[in-house]
Amino acid sequence: MRFTKDHEWVAVEGDIATVGITAYAAEQLGDVVFVEVPEVGKTVAQGEGLAVVESVKAASDVYAPVSGEVVEANAELADAPETVNAVPEAGGWFAKLKLSNPAEVDALMDRDAYEAFLATL
Amino acid sequence: MRYLPLTPEDRADMLGVIGAGSIDELFVDVPAVARRSEPVDLPHHAGEIEVERELLRLSRRNRSAAEGPFFVGAGAYRHHVPATVDHIIQRSEFLTSYTPYQPEIAQGTLQVLFEFQSQVAALTGMDVANASLYDGSTATAEAVMMAQRVTRKNKAVLSGGVHPQYVGAVETLAHAAGVTTQRLPAAIDAEDAVIAAIDQDTACVVVQTPNVFGTATDVTKIAEAAHAAGALLIVVTTEAVSYGLLKSPGAMGADIAVAEGQSIGNGLNFGGPYVGLFACREKFVRQAPGRLCGETVDADGKRGFVLTLSTREQHIRRDKATSNICTNSGLCALAFSIHMSLLGEQGLRQLASLNHQKALATAKALAAIPGVEVLTPRFFNEFAVRLPKDAAEVVETLAAHGVIAGVPYSRLEPGAGLDDVLLVATTETTLDTDITFFAKLLAGAVQ
Amino acid sequence: MSMNNVGRPTRPEASNDEAEGFNSLSGGRGLLQDEPLIFELGGWTKTGVDLPDAVPADGALAGLTRDDAIGLPGLSEPEAVRHYVRLSQKNHAIDLALYPLGSCTMKHNPRLNEKMARLPGLSDIHPLQPQSTVQGAIELMDRLAHWLKTLTGMPAVALSPKAGAHGELCGLLAIRAAHEAAGNGHRKTVLAPTSAHGTNPATAAFCGYTVVEIAQTDDGRVDLADLEAKLGDHVAAIMVTNPNTCGLFERDVVEIARLTHEAGAYFYCDGANFNAIVGRVRPGDLGVDAMHINLHKTFSTPHGGGGPGAGPVVLSEALAPFAPTPWVVHDDSGYKLIEEAEGPAAQAFGRMSAFHGQMGMYVRAYAYMLSHGADGLRQVAEDAVLNANYIKARLSDLMSPAFPEGPCMHEALFDDAWLEDTGVTTLDFAKAMIDEGFHPMTMYFPLVVHGAMLIEPTETESKAELDRFIEALRLLAQAAKAGETDRFKNAPHLAPLKRLDETLAARKPKLKWKPVAPAPLAAE
Repeated sequence: MRFTKDHEWVAVEGDIATVGITAYAAEQLGDVVFVEVPEVGKTVAQGEGLAVVESVKAASDVYAPVSGEVVEANAELADAPETVNAVPEAGGWFAKLKLSNPAEVDALMDRDAYEAFLATL
Repeated sequence: MRYLPLTPEDRADMLGVIGAGSIDELFVDVPAVARRSEPVDLPHHAGEIEVERELLRLSRRNRSAAEGPFFVGAGAYRHHVPATVDHIIQRSEFLTSYTPYQPEIAQGTLQVLFEFQSQVAALTGMDVANASLYDGSTATAEAVMMAQRVTRKNKAVLSGGVHPQYVGAVETLAHAAGVTTQRLPAAIDAEDAVIAAIDQDTACVVVQTPNVFGTATDVTKIAEAAHAAGALLIVVTTEAVSYGLLKSPGAMGADIAVAEGQSIGNGLNFGGPYVGLFACREKFVRQAPGRLCGETVDADGKRGFVLTLSTREQHIRRDKATSNICTNSGLCALAFSIHMSLLGEQGLRQLASLNHQKALATAKALAAIPGVEVLTPRFFNEFAVRLPKDAAEVVETLAAHGVIAGVPYSRLEPGAGLDDVLLVATTETTLDTDITFFAKLLAGAVQ
Repeated sequence: MSMNNVGRPTRPEASNDEAEGFNSLSGGRGLLQDEPLIFELGGWTKTGVDLPDAVPADGALAGLTRDDAIGLPGLSEPEAVRHYVRLSQKNHAIDLALYPLGSCTMKHNPRLNEKMARLPGLSDIHPLQPQSTVQGAIELMDRLAHWLKTLTGMPAVALSPKAGAHGELCGLLAIRAAHEAAGNGHRKTVLAPTSAHGTNPATAAFCGYTVVEIAQTDDGRVDLADLEAKLGDHVAAIMVTNPNTCGLFERDVVEIARLTHEAGAYFYCDGANFNAIVGRVRPGDLGVDAMHINLHKTFSTPHGGGGPGAGPVVLSEALAPFAPTPWVVHDDSGYKLIEEAEGPAAQAFGRMSAFHGQMGMYVRAYAYMLSHGADGLRQVAEDAVLNANYIKARLSDLMSPAFPEGPCMHEALFDDAWLEDTGVTTLDFAKAMIDEGFHPMTMYFPLVVHGAMLIEPTETESKAELDRFIEALRLLAQAAKAGETDRFKNAPHLAPLKRLDETLAARKPKLKWKPVAPAPLAAE
């Protein structure tokens, strides 16, 4: 699993990257009440808006940590947005992307680096 | 000055606490060029007696609807509002409270909004309703913008029966946002004509029933055609009392139903403030404009209400908000809700039938006048007649004799070639003697 | 992701107040009555109106009539009165106590204005009856326009916008029309400070403009250097609130206007805070091109639990030709409304809504203006500013003003630095104010100040009420600093309801009453 400074995570299997927000982010946002997941087929470049995660009083954009085409969105979040709070780095994933530039993944932080980054906040 | 509690001594004391030598020191950030040492050139303060005198002077230069026969509608209707309604909306706790952002001390307003939303959803036959918009025309414009968001298409088709001033409000907002509008030529009974104008680029179809000429239409076929093309159907109603007699927009396949709610609980007020009703299918609710009130529980598990799904709104979403609306029509929505509670289903149906009955009687009386033709084939409480003369002139003539005959269509849409068309509306306040007198005067005027 | 974590938490912790307190046997609470929904009062066949019986629908409506149940409950008149009076008692109101919502201007609403708005000659008139029969109404609009133009020093006004945000839309559309008429339709950017009301960027986006934020200086004003750097041939307008949302007067406003005009852009001023300067400063003297005026703020028309409002827009010479219809004009023959884009209104950009605007609000605002007069309105601004500065002065030793240097205008802004290490947040502090009998101040706005608390007392508070309010806040501040966190964490304790679960409301939206489903039959 790799991480961004914007608190997204990405887990790669083959050429498919699963994307979500980190436990730290989920804790900071408070109760997630809605997630606007992307449509399948949408192509995003690294850093572009991928999803929107909403708490009661705020809406935050989630950026694509890597470039690619959306091949699946987490439909379960529609009925159970609380999953993002409960298991942000597992069942609370947002979307799966077919990587268009796998090299982007290597440039992201590993968990140790991310935790070191969190310690600076 | 009666509205200012501070005394000169208070002011001096307070300046002392602040550490300012004079009030001018508190305005020190104002550039010197803009500081005014004297009041502007307007009259000085006045007591209640003087103010009443002036307002009474102005009011007496207007002919109020209650003074005599009155047949004006076209989007605003004179109904009887029970005395209870005005009494309750003047209670301090409703009149002088703000938007219910602190739910613990705003349950009164919030429960009213929840009841209002429930009533509007029932009336329109839709899944959900919001807590009101400014009026019917801006609600229509907001509905078009919402259809663009839902369908991601940029064309709105409006029937020739949509109130021309509603069309104006839609065009203002739509064109600002880059949505094109296609409005079909004014037509008394041709809501179905919009079907031919629907194409794959169409985001929404806007139809009105009863339309501006009073024609009631079953829009089910339009809904089917719109949906087949991936467009939404927006049904506009300017006379909310008609919900008591006619099929609801929801039952005919509307995706968004908007209406002017003035007829219920609110006076004519020369055009405002009114209350925009806005209802839609549940699956579109996150694209809806305006406030929504929802049910929840408090820390003790007691039922309560809060404003919810607020991330759609400008104070949170800013430039990505579904609308820029903030202030809505809260107090008018309260008036609507009280009146509707007093009516209940039975009262509303009775009221609607009574309105229809008066219109039938009026149409019959006018149709008997040689040269006058009733044009509207199916109507609720309003219909169009063709006169052998310019309708605006006839209205002026009758007004001089104490009868306000209706709205000349040319006032709403000059140049439509309908200068001889008069829109005539009746309500439960129309007396039989009003109808007789109107018909008699009109017969004389068109001779 | 863009981490936005404003306003947490939104789910209450379970409270344990009840264990300590006295409980009635039936659940009643003295004067405070529990009240079901109208849908639960059992009135499906009741009505509170007496109407004559009517005949069935005309045959022409065959197939169009509504034959299924609508689902509307009815109440008899006594039940209706009691229902709404019981509900009313669960609301805070300006008539009850100070309502210090910054940016919202909760001031006393004179009842004379209500009485005047109900004169039959002003309330019972139709927007489309012949203009010859409503000369007094159109004259009133003309008089109101004259007062607004004189007070702002602007040559024109569009009366019809229905609220502040609608006024912003009107102003930006006039600006857009002016640019297009001059061949400058390529200008698609609007500059606005980060501290702007949410309606500013929302309105600009609705007009197809891209919003670019202007930086703010450390003393809470527009950063001139940043403004200058961002102005250019692509900029249509700037939107600046003055006095701004930090409660401060933009000292450099004349220079802001000059730079804006030099760049070929227009200056839209958000006039939500005009009440701080009315009668003392004319926006026309500052170089403003368009400004909306919230009649429900500055001119005291009631907020009514969220509306209605009215948002007339004053316009400069350059923008005046593009004002929306209707236009009010008069000549020797009388007053007239021009309802179409023709004649002198040929360049009007369109109309904001059906009819002529919020007449009911015009009457109230005009009665208010006449009552105060030019001298009284000037005193309104002075007392509003004096009251805010008094609050700021008396709380600054305990709470931290966001901008301690210099006077504020009509509202005092504090940040949450003084709450650091207390375990109490801005939200907790605000909710505890409810227990003391006051409405919370505006919280977490403007966004540029951390944990913002924006207090606007208005001019209609007496010194005694201000002192009572200040004393309550001082006691609360001391309690927070003394570690009495329980007082805050579960606040309010004494309101009709405890903190509400907003998370639940948003996750599982219940937006209308639904009949309880009948219990399923036991499986056979």
